[in-house]
Amino acid sequence: MAGAVNLLMQSHPINSALSLVVVMGSLAVEYLLLGAEFVAAVQVIVYAGAIMVMFLITIMLLNAGKEERSHGSRVAMLLGVPGVVIGGALIAWTILARSTTDSVSIGALQGDPRGIAKLLFHAFLLPFEVTSVLILIAIMGAVVLVSRPEAVVRSADSSPVRQPEPMIKDRELVAAGKDH
Amino acid sequence: MAAVPLSYYLVLSGILFFCGVLGFLIKRNIITIFMSIELMLNGVNLSFVAFAAQWHSLNGQVFVFFVMVVAAAEAAVGLAIIIAVYRTRETLNVDQVNLLKL
Amino acid sequence: MTLTSYLWLVPLFPLAGAAINGFFGRRLPKQAISAIALLFCGLAFGMALLLAAGFSSASAPYSCDLAHWIRSGTFQVDFSFYLDQLSLVMLLVVTGVGFLIHIYSIGYMWDDESYYRFMAYLNLFMFFMLTLVLAKNYLVMFIGWEGVGLASYLLIGFWFTKDSAASAGKKAFIVNRIGDFGFLIALFLIIQHFGSLDFTTVFNAVTPLAKETSGAGFLTAIGLLLMVGAAGKSAQIPLYVWLPDAMEGPTPVSALIHAATMVTAGVYMVARSHVIFERAPEALTVVAVIGTLTAFFAATIGIAQTDIKKVLAYSTVSQLGYMFMACGVGAFSAGIFHLMTHAFFKGLLFLAAGSVIHGVGGEQDMRKMGGLRVYMPWTCATMGIATLAIAGIPPLAGFWSKDEILWQAFNVSWVYWIIGVITAFITSFYMFRLMYMTFGGDVYRGATSPSGHGIDDHGHSTGHGDGHGHDPHESPWVMLGPLVILAVLSIVGGLVGIGNHFEHFLAPVFQGPAVEAATEGASEAGKSGLEYLLMAVSVSVAGLGWFLAYLLYSRSPQLPARIATSLGGLYRAVVHKYYIDEIYAALFVKPLIEGSTAILWHGVDQGVIDASVNESAHAARELSDNVRHMQSGNLRSYAGWVAAGGAVVIAYMVWMGVTH
Repeated sequence: MAGAVNLLMQSHPINSALSLVVVMGSLAVEYLLLGAEFVAAVQVIVYAGAIMVMFLITIMLLNAGKEERSHGSRVAMLLGVPGVVIGGALIAWTILARSTTDSVSIGALQGDPRGIAKLLFHAFLLPFEVTSVLILIAIMGAVVLVSRPEAVVRSADSSPVRQPEPMIKDRELVAAGKDH
Repeated sequence: MAAVPLSYYLVLSGILFFCGVLGFLIKRNIITIFMSIELMLNGVNLSFVAFAAQWHSLNGQVFVFFVMVVAAAEAAVGLAIIIAVYRTRETLNVDQVNLLKL
Repeated sequence: MTLTSYLWLVPLFPLAGAAINGFFGRRLPKQAISAIALLFCGLAFGMALLLAAGFSSASAPYSCDLAHWIRSGTFQVDFSFYLDQLSLVMLLVVTGVGFLIHIYSIGYMWDDESYYRFMAYLNLFMFFMLTLVLAKNYLVMFIGWEGVGLASYLLIGFWFTKDSAASAGKKAFIVNRIGDFGFLIALFLIIQHFGSLDFTTVFNAVTPLAKETSGAGFLTAIGLLLMVGAAGKSAQIPLYVWLPDAMEGPTPVSALIHAATMVTAGVYMVARSHVIFERAPEALTVVAVIGTLTAFFAATIGIAQTDIKKVLAYSTVSQLGYMFMACGVGAFSAGIFHLMTHAFFKGLLFLAAGSVIHGVGGEQDMRKMGGLRVYMPWTCATMGIATLAIAGIPPLAGFWSKDEILWQAFNVSWVYWIIGVITAFITSFYMFRLMYMTFGGDVYRGATSPSGHGIDDHGHSTGHGDGHGHDPHESPWVMLGPLVILAVLSIVGGLVGIGNHFEHFLAPVFQGPAVEAATEGASEAGKSGLEYLLMAVSVSVAGLGWFLAYLLYSRSPQLPARIATSLGGLYRAVVHKYYIDEIYAALFVKPLIEGSTAILWHGVDQGVIDASVNESAHAARELSDNVRHMQSGNLRSYAGWVAAGGAVVIAYMVWMGVTH
């Protein structure tokens, strides 16, 4: 929670990214508390490890500085923030007041990888394969989006274009994360 | 061992989610906005896992897995878009990217 | 099938002629147009003659039901035509005089560029007038009533490119409309009280009713309202103002519509409704008073007019007043008799005036005429015969009918009689004044003044400009023929009144078949010495008027001007028609126009209707202007809207959950 709030309050994106890493880490701990070890591991590796690194690299690549003041949107302030606050309060109140669930003891979940793997490759095989295709498409999309027009023309029939580093690392990291 | 009521997990998930929304609304840097999206997704993940724990089902965790995968893909593409926009606009301020014409 | 079952053909013949000429006339040669118009009018006339041959005073009325029209509960109105002695008389007058005027118009309007339109309108008018005359119920009569008003408007404003003609047409129609309003309300009252508009039904229902002496009964109301309608159509006080202006139309129009037929529709309607009027003595008195006053009033205006057609117009108004006076004293058949003879001599007067105007190249001002009897002998002779007739010199037609009216009026009240006699004097005076100014003397005054391309002579001046300079000339025989025929009728037409034959013929209509025998004996004995005395009085005043006109306009022509200046203001008032038109304009027209402009135009039309349409468009635009800002391209505002909407949905769901 502190990390989340900090994300909001920081003005430099780097600080916000780092606080987000903190959030990820603490969430992993939560997962462990709940007994979902596999999920916790994946969280750390994929989220904190790959995605946040991607964010950091982009921030550094684009030399994002402190946020400058801009006039912003009045609507967002007037309508959005109160809306969010109201919504959040309502949900919190509802959950707390009406919750009929009982407590969950620490480590209650069976989070063993074997069980999850069984599910993944038996019951959820199709979504699994589809998501792999999805990742492939995402990679291709990202490559195309970022490529400079002249770079594409010059090397139209040659090997894959020279791309900024993050893409290649992204692939490696994601592949690494899946291998586990 | 101490037992934590499920509702606390849900409330935390909700707070995380709404922090993400707030960040989306308040922040001006497009990358920070993206990070708040990730925050939102994390909050949702937490609630998934919490419910999975309550009902002793592994399906929730599998779904969390997929959510993470999708989040990764989306983050990749989104950052690519940001870089492309940065190339033309030279700014990361979301308020200055308000014309459909590039 | 007997001939009478084809009664419905009589109005439809001219309608067919109007349709053919109206739709195809533009492409037809003039000979074809004339032939078509004459053919259909002649067919109607021929049928009228055939019908008359088989009809006598003892014949029962014949009705011909053509088709259903309104069936609404117990109220029903059909397209039905009716032939009895009264409508037969009217039928003969309308078709006969109409046919003659059709022949005349061929000559008069030949050079006009819209020749086909004129003939089409003439036939159309015949159709409506015949519908009016042959109607079996008030509603079909009203169709004809309105229709002749329409035809009158179209024909008065025939040269619509001229402002004065268009305005005159409008004036005629609007003033007519005011009368029609009264007529309509009378119809509504009739429906309310008798549940039907059919003549036989209504009159059978009215007959057993007693005479209304108190004057507050509904029969009086009906009678008064019918009189309002008649005053509008037949140009009586106070709705006569349109008739002098109607002289803007071509002369055949003035002859047909405003002398012989349309303006007599009011008299016919009053005569037809005599059953109602006889039981509402107050209404009848009003009729008589209006008629008498109008007769005198219009005659006085006619004295000072210089336009030849205007004199005849006021004369028409005056003679119509006589007819209404006759109806008002209960002598309906006398009124119809005068209607018939008036159609002859007034139609002849107008046609002859048209011949004069045609001959002098369009000039209508009598001061620029004179000595025309040398140039136009036939016109002069026929017009002279008509003048004798209208003045009431025996044995011409006008004498019989006018005298009958004066005699019947005297039997009711000597006041009517004395005013009638004075009016006869004035009539004779101004008619002979017209004759002397136009035909008398030796000098044609128009030769000295520049040629007047008068308003009535659209295409004629181009035809006569070359060759004989501006010398007046006689009209062609196509125009003179009808003049001669009408002159003959003016001489012999009154002879049907001898021995009260005419009255006997109409007796089944006005007194009912049962009473016919009794009155026949009574009227034979009515020829008393008093009647002969009164006849002598009226003839002598006619002669007096002639003599006075001779003095003033033939012997010493400088006298009228001296008299005019010595009378000063009175003369000016008479010349300006007692300023009635100006009074009406100030009292009614101007406030109406200004009120209409201010309230209805600016207030309602622009302020409410236009404003509401414009404002709704305006509001739509403003709304969209305001909503447009939602689409700003700003990512954060979109997110704000989404968050707000999400909060609303969440709140709704929570509330749903809470209340269940």
